[in-house]
Amino acid sequence: MTIDWTALGQVTAVSIGVTVAVVVVFAFGVLGLARYEGAKEQGSTSTVGAAQAGLCFLACVAVVAYGIYLIVPQFH
Amino acid sequence: MDHITFLVAVVIVTALAFDFTNGFHDTANAMATSIATGALKPKTAVLISGVLNLVGAFLSTEVAKTISGGIVNDAKVSPAMIFAGLVGAILWNLVTWLVGLPSSSSHALFGGLIGAVWVGAGSGAVNFDKVVEKIIIPAFASPVVAGVAALIATYAAYKLTTRGRADSVTKGFRLGQIGSASLVSLAHGTNDAQKTMGIITLTLISVGALPDGAGPPVWVILCAGLAIALGTYIGGWRIIRTMGKGLTEIQSPQGFAAETASTAVILTSAHMGFALSTTQVASGSILGAGLGRKLAEVRWGVAGRMVAAWLITLPCAALVGGISAAAVKHGGNFGTIVVALVGAALAAGIVLLSRRNPIHADNVNDHHEVAIRTTPPSHVDTAA
Repeated sequence: MTIDWTALGQVTAVSIGVTVAVVVVFAFGVLGLARYEGAKEQGSTSTVGAAQAGLCFLACVAVVAYGIYLIVPQFH
Repeated sequence: MDHITFLVAVVIVTALAFDFTNGFHDTANAMATSIATGALKPKTAVLISGVLNLVGAFLSTEVAKTISGGIVNDAKVSPAMIFAGLVGAILWNLVTWLVGLPSSSSHALFGGLIGAVWVGAGSGAVNFDKVVEKIIIPAFASPVVAGVAALIATYAAYKLTTRGRADSVTKGFRLGQIGSASLVSLAHGTNDAQKTMGIITLTLISVGALPDGAGPPVWVILCAGLAIALGTYIGGWRIIRTMGKGLTEIQSPQGFAAETASTAVILTSAHMGFALSTTQVASGSILGAGLGRKLAEVRWGVAGRMVAAWLITLPCAALVGGISAAAVKHGGNFGTIVVALVGAALAAGIVLLSRRNPIHADNVNDHHEVAIRTTPPSHVDTAA
């Protein structure tokens, strides 16, 4: 029996890294959304908020697309 | 189709029955947190998950080339042993569903097979070092990795979004949860449906109904996909309650962090060739997300029972598989019929017991406990 510690370590590092990165980027997107909606409520608009939300959510969509690419063997 | 003997027909039906229990046992992995936070209505969640499992079944062409991935010696496995192993796996899945504990369907399947092969072909046909390498180590490592990832991500999510408007933050993360939960469902369909396809295909090959090395016929893909999708759609509500409410009270940022962690661990491990249990990964993520939110309550009693269930899943399924294999080995077709009837009777009994305190789409979020006897409902807050 051999335990592939390198592979185990890689899975650990990549999983934690990807999770934290996606959630942090998404959280910034949510903050942008909150800012945009807050401004809208007061009758103005927050272009910065909208742009921040758009960019962050787009980045998350890209990660999801890569996830689907990994899941579907026909793409490989 | 004159190759299809009575025993082969029984194996196919039993494999599909296992596939069904696999689906409804595992709905919770993808959807429990989305249901608990209200990101998706319960019925919508199980519908999405069911459809994605069916899609996943058709997408995965790389059907398992071995029944067990080398855990037992496939050359010594007969259809009778597969049948006995499946009976063990199904019964254990139903028992853990009754008490609402998320346990691994893969471990139940491997346990049942190990027990059946041990009795049927001797302990030499079980590769114990493979059991440690492919089951025991991932079983300990994967929930911990997923839990740590979810913990850090949850902590970061709360830290970052405290400045934001609460309703926008909740809404944003709920939307995100729909995406992350769907990805878990799709990954589940591609992984788990093919286990059953592999078993049916290899059984057909072993009796000469299919040539060596053949892929699964379309009807096998369709049946396996439909069985797991239907199981997912029916929904193991008892397990959904434990995972969404029982372990900890989940809010939408935690749900998003947990599902992202599960997806990341499942996809990375699959990419690196580690077999792991979706159930254990998802449970680890939820515990991590519970710990990551300050002052969030983690019910360690429930978590402890769940871990105990993980530890005994393989031996218990092996025991049932072994007993069934003994009956089939010594009783031939008659023994098979007896095992099938006793198994069906036990399954029916478990379902009847669950009726005493039914949990379904309409009451899944009302409480955090899964009891077998009815207790007066003491409502906890349902809005998260």
